[in-house]
Amino acid sequence: MQRDRTKRSWGARIVILVPYLWLAVFFLAPFVIVLKISLSQSALAQPPYLPVFDLAAGWQGVTAFATQLSLDSFRLLGSDAIYLLSYLKSLQVAAISTALLFALGYPIAYGMARAPKAWQPALVMAVVLPFWTSFLIRIYAWINILQRDGLLNDVLMRMHVIDAPAAWLSSDTAIYIGVVYSYLPFMVLPLYASLEKMDESLLEAAADLGCPAWKAFWLITFPLSLPGAAAGALLSFIPIVGEFVIPDLLGGSESQMIGQTLWIEFFSNRDWPVASAIAVALLGLLLVPILFYERLQQRSLEGGSA
Amino acid sequence: MATDSGAARGRSAGERAPLVRFEAISKRFGAVPAVETLTLDIVRGEFFALLGPSGCGKTTLLRLLAGFETPSEGRILLDGADIVDVPPHRRPVNMMFQSYALFPHLTVEGNIAFGLRQDKLGRDEIAARVGEMLELVRLQGFGARRVHQLSGGQRQRVALARSLIKRPRVLLLDEPLAALDKKLRAETQFELMELQRRLGTTFVIVTHDQEEAMLVADRIAVMNQGRLMQVAAPSEIYERPNSRWVAEFIGEATIIEGRPAAAGRIDTALGPLSIADGVQSSAKTVWLALRPEKIVIGMQRPKDAANALAGTIFEIGYRGEMSTYKVRLADKSLMKVAVANVGARGRPPYAEGDAVWLSWPPDAGIILTS
Repeated sequence: MQRDRTKRSWGARIVILVPYLWLAVFFLAPFVIVLKISLSQSALAQPPYLPVFDLAAGWQGVTAFATQLSLDSFRLLGSDAIYLLSYLKSLQVAAISTALLFALGYPIAYGMARAPKAWQPALVMAVVLPFWTSFLIRIYAWINILQRDGLLNDVLMRMHVIDAPAAWLSSDTAIYIGVVYSYLPFMVLPLYASLEKMDESLLEAAADLGCPAWKAFWLITFPLSLPGAAAGALLSFIPIVGEFVIPDLLGGSESQMIGQTLWIEFFSNRDWPVASAIAVALLGLLLVPILFYERLQQRSLEGGSA
Repeated sequence: MATDSGAARGRSAGERAPLVRFEAISKRFGAVPAVETLTLDIVRGEFFALLGPSGCGKTTLLRLLAGFETPSEGRILLDGADIVDVPPHRRPVNMMFQSYALFPHLTVEGNIAFGLRQDKLGRDEIAARVGEMLELVRLQGFGARRVHQLSGGQRQRVALARSLIKRPRVLLLDEPLAALDKKLRAETQFELMELQRRLGTTFVIVTHDQEEAMLVADRIAVMNQGRLMQVAAPSEIYERPNSRWVAEFIGEATIIEGRPAAAGRIDTALGPLSIADGVQSSAKTVWLALRPEKIVIGMQRPKDAANALAGTIFEIGYRGEMSTYKVRLADKSLMKVAVANVGARGRPPYAEGDAVWLSWPPDAGIILTS
């Protein structure tokens, strides 16, 4: 009996350990490396930064290494406006896109949740279906649609909405179209989940107590869907801030999102320390909404499903 | 099928005008009929129960009155006015839901005040009336709690308070006590009765629990397959059921088939039996329903008993305060007999296999023609 119990607790410990191990190897270790590089100096070397950690030099090597670390890259981020502008641009795109996603995603999720139960799996499938095609291919498809002699201009001209082809590509509008299109499932699915589990007798109770249907939506349905809305907003907002592919392929050159700036620092300028500093600062920036999301989840767990 | 004889005799029904009238109401879901051409009056101030097995249409009838369903045919009158086209949020009736349907994002106070807020009442009046309600359901001091912080019994009382605060003309209760455990349910039944007496509001309760219906209601409508089987006071339904179905659905009964013979007698497979009332000669076959507690059991054949049958005890069901005996009779049929366990030891005085005599007076049996 006793042996059995200790055995089981070892098994339980290993099960708990696996995700932590995973995070340590694939998240924490890379992050420490990036953090270390962000504190280094750019150099014409292989790898292109100094100092390099040298175990052979022993303790003296460690202290020498530590004294060579500096915050220069982070100071650069603060002194050159291009970085700040990139961060702001990213936050702006993420905020506006999230608002658009919410405005577009809520009616879709609401319609899905109110659809006959038999249809709902098919509707969820329809929302998830785009994932079956590579993300990159779908963005290239948008280039095709948005280009000068593309589908969008073609349709608009045939409908006589516009007389001459408009320039959609290489603009913020194209970025928003691409982002909203790509992230819609991340907004719709959590919203649908929270709307779908809502007890319909709550709306009957509201009607019974004198509340017309449109008002019951605002007093009952909407507040109860807010956890889903928050989850959807954060699941969209956080990755959009760091988005690189969409602005790079669809956006213009007049202003960059932080992902693009990072790419240039890393691949064009080969300035690994600054690129790493950008990544570390971005993570710090995104920690705020992530922590907010964590707290929200905690609260909804404590609240229970009443 | 429906008789309304109970209306005149009901405890509080009296001769007052009906508050609610279902007039030839039918409701079909697709091709499936839930309620079929049903006509029913509910009197002002009474505690009315809709009782029947699941799927009998009792909840549909309640939802028709609340406005959540629209009848396929017929009219629903409230105080003489047709309310079929009035949407639920404009009907002066309120409902307590089986699931309670409390708003999880609001406090107890927010839930109870919800109805008054819709009517745009002043802040002070709402606060005063919510306070009254909290006191009525003994939840003072719980106003700021969230719904998920309450026990099942407390949620039930919040739901009750929320449905009462608008002072509805009719309070609809859909299986209001089904989620409570047996002990709490029994207490709450008495509380509901007391509350109804105190407020004088017309209560319509839907339940599948016949003991609950008998206890709380002034009148009961027994339903089966979308139709009314009998509408009467509880004692009337128990003592004078109008059909074999009602006699067997409410309480327990042994049913014996027979043919009317001379006055006060029917011929059965068990021989001639005495009955109290004369039976219309038109009826070819009648049924005698006997309630288990009206039958006397004994070791010897009772002297000058009007009806006496010999049998052997087949099975004993011990229930604490009483035991139910199943006695096998001469024609192999079983008769149910209930005996109160009044002996000091609390042990049933008979054992399985004992030969016993069963007897009952002529007026103990109920003669049914359908």
